[in-house]
Amino acid sequence: MFSGLIGRKVGMTQIFGEKGESIPVTLIEAGPCVVLQKKTSAKEGYEAVQLGYEDIKEKKLTKSLKTKFSKIKVKPKRYIREFRVSNPDDYEVGQELKVDIFEEGSFVDVCGTSKGKGFAGVIKRWGFKGGPASHGSRFHRAPGSIGASASPSRVFKGQKLPGQMGHKRVTIQSLKIVKLDKEKNLLAINGAIPGASRQIVIVEKAEKKS
Amino acid sequence: MSNIGSILDEVSKSQKKDDITNFCVGDTIKVHVRIVEKTAAKKGKMGQKKGKAEVKERVQVFQGIVIRRKGGGISETFTVRKVSYGEGVERIFPLHSPNIVKIEVARQGAVRRAKLYYLRERIGKAAKVKEKKKQAKKT
Repeated sequence: MFSGLIGRKVGMTQIFGEKGESIPVTLIEAGPCVVLQKKTSAKEGYEAVQLGYEDIKEKKLTKSLKTKFSKIKVKPKRYIREFRVSNPDDYEVGQELKVDIFEEGSFVDVCGTSKGKGFAGVIKRWGFKGGPASHGSRFHRAPGSIGASASPSRVFKGQKLPGQMGHKRVTIQSLKIVKLDKEKNLLAINGAIPGASRQIVIVEKAEKKS
Repeated sequence: MSNIGSILDEVSKSQKKDDITNFCVGDTIKVHVRIVEKTAAKKGKMGQKKGKAEVKERVQVFQGIVIRRKGGGISETFTVRKVSYGEGVERIFPLHSPNIVKIEVARQGAVRRAKLYYLRERIGKAAKVKEKKKQAKKT
């Protein structure tokens, strides 16, 4: 059965479990999503289903998207994502997928864009130690030597250096669904997920845990 | 999408209790805590072990002075301190925890701090909190 939805991170809160313990949860408003297109190995070379999430005004679309939506007679959607499935013929274009494809107590992977930290140095980005603040050390937050002169006389690939940190696609695996609200399309997931509130996330059935 | 804040409020509201006794920092309170006991998990005396795992529920009372109320909304907690056999004991309870059956105010205290951490360093009579004088009704 199909196992993914597009959603929006709502934010974090806590709920009480059966034994009265408090569980930190992230709320995700997942779906309802509409099947926009089926991709088959005969035509596109791979099997997938394209989903759309959240309505948008038609005048905001480009011409190519306008024809796409008018052809399949689906209300225009703001976000379009693809999900690999084994058999796309199980689905119909225009079919609505809701949060009830998941079960309470099962596990999901959540994929989103992490919060951007800008151009960060090695201490923040890679957890380098840094030098002493005083006693005339003159070495504070710099990365230090990145390679010796005679051997290897080059910088190794993958050397940890300053650069862009965050604002990157991040997947968190095997998060438990603590609660599921079918009416409000809400998922309560144990733990944190990448990104800020209101961010678009992809929720998929967990790859490594069921 | 509907307002994000309102969704969060709604979910935390469903978890909140609405019948919480009003109490302040400095009050001596009795917290009735629900405790679930499993007999099988208990170590039997002299090798006696009961085969069945019995689940027993009982209510325990923890009495002490409230030294702190912290946080807000669903995650609000309070700390109760008591001195038990000469040893200070502090317990932190989530205010909205379903394990708290009820809270009784045994004595209202008059304090001038929001957090009574100074009680930790005091022993005996010095660790007492004055009782709040009842206000005379203004006519």
